[in-house]
Amino acid sequence: MEGSLAKESGIREILPENTIKTLVPQVEVSREIRPVPPRYRNEIAKYIIRRDSNCTLCGKCAQVCPHGVHVMKPGYKLFAAPHLNVCVGPSCQKTDHYCIDICPNKALKMVENPMLKAMGDYRWTPDMIIATWRMAETGEPPSPEYGYDYETGASGGGFDRLRFKFPEKPPVELRDDEIDTSIVLNRRNDGRPQVKIDVPWYGGGMSFGSVSNVVQLSKARAATAFNTFTCTGEGGYMERMKPYDDHVITQIATGLFGVCEETIQRVRIVEFKYAQGAKPGLGGHLLADKVTPAVAKMRETVLGISLFSPFPFHSVYSIEDHQKHMDWIKHINRRALIATKVSTPNDVDMVAVGSYSAGTHIVHLDGGYGGTGAAPDIAKKNIAMPIEYAIVKVHRFLEQEGIRDKVSLIVSGGLRTLHDIAKAIALGADGVVVGTSELVALGCIRCSRCESGRGCPRGIATTDAELAQDVELEWGTQRIINLYSAWRKELVALLQRFGMRSVSELRGRSDLLMHLDYTNDVETSK
Amino acid sequence: MPKKYHIETKKIPPRLPKIGKFGVVDWREDCARCHNCVKKACVYDRYRQEMQYIKDMDEFNNMYFECMGCFSCVQKCTKGLLALTANPEYERMGNGYYTPDIILTTWNQAETAGIPVSGAGYRGKFTGTGFDSMWTDMSEIVRPTRDGIHGREYISTSVDIGRKSKLLSFEDGKLITPLQPLVELQIPIIIDMFPEKYQFSNLMPMLLAAAVKTSTMMIVDWEQRSLIETHIEKYLSHIIFYLGKDTLLPAPDILKKSHLIEVADDDRTEQRIQKIKAVNPELVVAVRVELDSRGEQRAIELAHNPIVEVIHIVSDINGNQIGVEKPKFIKDMTRYIHTALVKEGIRDEVTIIASGGIALAEHMAKEIICGADAITINMPLLIGLECRFCERCRDGFACPAKIESIAPRYGVGRMTNLIAVWHDQLIEVMGAMGMREARRLRGETGRALFFEDIEEETFGRLFGKRIGN
Repeated sequence: MEGSLAKESGIREILPENTIKTLVPQVEVSREIRPVPPRYRNEIAKYIIRRDSNCTLCGKCAQVCPHGVHVMKPGYKLFAAPHLNVCVGPSCQKTDHYCIDICPNKALKMVENPMLKAMGDYRWTPDMIIATWRMAETGEPPSPEYGYDYETGASGGGFDRLRFKFPEKPPVELRDDEIDTSIVLNRRNDGRPQVKIDVPWYGGGMSFGSVSNVVQLSKARAATAFNTFTCTGEGGYMERMKPYDDHVITQIATGLFGVCEETIQRVRIVEFKYAQGAKPGLGGHLLADKVTPAVAKMRETVLGISLFSPFPFHSVYSIEDHQKHMDWIKHINRRALIATKVSTPNDVDMVAVGSYSAGTHIVHLDGGYGGTGAAPDIAKKNIAMPIEYAIVKVHRFLEQEGIRDKVSLIVSGGLRTLHDIAKAIALGADGVVVGTSELVALGCIRCSRCESGRGCPRGIATTDAELAQDVELEWGTQRIINLYSAWRKELVALLQRFGMRSVSELRGRSDLLMHLDYTNDVETSK
Repeated sequence: MPKKYHIETKKIPPRLPKIGKFGVVDWREDCARCHNCVKKACVYDRYRQEMQYIKDMDEFNNMYFECMGCFSCVQKCTKGLLALTANPEYERMGNGYYTPDIILTTWNQAETAGIPVSGAGYRGKFTGTGFDSMWTDMSEIVRPTRDGIHGREYISTSVDIGRKSKLLSFEDGKLITPLQPLVELQIPIIIDMFPEKYQFSNLMPMLLAAAVKTSTMMIVDWEQRSLIETHIEKYLSHIIFYLGKDTLLPAPDILKKSHLIEVADDDRTEQRIQKIKAVNPELVVAVRVELDSRGEQRAIELAHNPIVEVIHIVSDINGNQIGVEKPKFIKDMTRYIHTALVKEGIRDEVTIIASGGIALAEHMAKEIICGADAITINMPLLIGLECRFCERCRDGFACPAKIESIAPRYGVGRMTNLIAVWHDQLIEVMGAMGMREARRLRGETGRALFFEDIEEETFGRLFGKRIGN
């Protein structure tokens, strides 16, 4: 495993006594990219090629297509179902292998898939979903010839209206290996480990209960491969997560489900979750249908009863109370960093500073448009501000207070692509947390039906034993690794264009951004 | 312990098939009879009843309308025979302001009385016009009034309708300021009259029953009182009679037993109020002011008149100013009036009720934040009865949702459910905000984020001036 600080610093050796007894060997996961085909028979594609009855089965199309769209298996007379998802669409017309023109009988016709209209939404456009699937499949950013408009969504504000102002030529030419995409999470200089992650993102908290075991594990394994983190969410620490201890953040949320001393001592980061962007002020929701025997056991609750976490922590009504909580965790686990996850009210800047002064290492802001397994629609849309505003506010306020470099600002809440991630960093975040994108890599189509019944029809956000079988661990792990790899490549390419050696140079460089709805004529100095 | 305010609800299934978001297209011709049919595997069992539907060609498509859009069948079919499309009938619903999504969620709320909860993050536009250009706020750690989903029983949604004294004077420990009459409502929702073109006479008794069940009041045109078909005297605590410009005053015994009455605003407003007060000084009188080009000024002017207790501002059904080329929106007009009255130090003396454009529970919360004490509901109740907003009734055609022939149990139940779930959602938002009283929510713009302000404060400083809108 590359650059695992866990190993280098020997911090596993300073574990408390009662954890050592339960330690299990840590598993290593390779970061290698391997192609992983979609798990559905008919992958949804941007373009459809229709074959009409004029086809004489000459096989010319199969011969010319370099992408392998048309499939004629040896020994078969007829065509098999085409691999439409690899078709590059109309941009192929300029090449010498455009099957539509080459077909001697003009039996092929290309149309844009009408199903795309029924797919996705303003924030996650169909192109964005398909492009994310493609990245998860190949580990590469989709080539421009596909014509996927995936860098921004169609929400008409925030990240979707921000663009980078790239210089015509990079000020310095840098090779890929000269670019550092890692960030350090502990900036307090308080003697605790300088945990460093190889990419400026980690996986968001999804509890067992909200997602299946396999999904949790796939996330943990991908995080291990990239020397970053994943988070357990509020549902407790599954036995199976233990081989990935060094890459797991355990969450202490207001319901305190599954929180115990032993699990807090296992991990390198402990996260206090005050609120979730999608339902700030309301506490976690796990609806009755999803409280299966396994979930109920893990959470020490009753089968089939909806679980609502309170809000806020009933023992925290001030920054001092918050500090008391953190001291408690810091005492139990002497090597742990503390992350504080809060949502984005108007006074989010004060909350961030207060949280820093109470001793947190990571301030994690979760914006209003963030993901959730279940939240009232009225809360998702209307409570607290979108993350774009909060990053600017908090970054500015931390700078004014002179503590910007002593705390890591991690943001989440509706970051969908690497471009969103880079924009968030340019607006002032150190790194980000991603959640929905990982699930899309696993085949999520954003139908919003995670919350009730048997849960996710696509086998992701479900604890139904039958549905969860749809996702296999190896497959899931590799899909997320591929997505991370594609993102890392995009990030390196982006930093190259700016001539930056490290992603930390991008932080707070809002002067490199422009907003399509503004005059963009403010004098900015770095 | 005193009895808590609570609305009894019960699931009332729809009479008609819902018009869904999706439509499945199925090409049976190419089917390979492979016996691995994905239709069996539909998580929602949508195809299970296929045969039943096929018998009735009229309802053939309805099966597909309940599709949740997970694409599993599309992607798993051995031969790729199925396709999913957006349902054009769904997209055609509504009038632009009342969008298909608003109509569908209202149907569901009226059916189940449950707060709509879903998975995955927000799916809509970043911001929009009208109520979509603001967010409500919450606070993280420091406000001890919040208790999440627990402790909601401590949140009060009651409001007082009437004029309030600015200060109270005492002499020898005894109150000497005369107290003005007040009507207390348990929820800041009043049932309003329907616009002329959307009136169904059979609904009147049901609306009254819904008002009784939800302990609120309904506004009834005095001229149409006969449509209520019941002993009006018994229900006067739930009825607000509206007196049009040319309507004569009701008989004194009605006035004496009423709690709240509404008069149309014109140049005789003051005299009419005086006449009513002469009969029953305890009767609270509201003045209905149409928000046309001079509506805002008129509302402010009325607030200065000590005889005016309640101002009911009314925009059109879409929340727009009436009869103006570039209409202002109800939220902005309310904010303007509210702010003007706050500046003059008289806001607390009058009650403002706002009407028009309040299509969802979130609009109610936002409208109250913008300065209304209470809001009214009418069109959403109609949608709750499965109205599709096709506006055929407006043009004199028969209603495809057959509203004229609904049963009272259904009608009252669905409307009660909708009001109950609006109440629940108001509590939800107030819980997140850390507010314990709807009275305190009124005009609390400090607990809201307005798009223009926050853009200016954040992006404005980084990117210069906003262009366009």
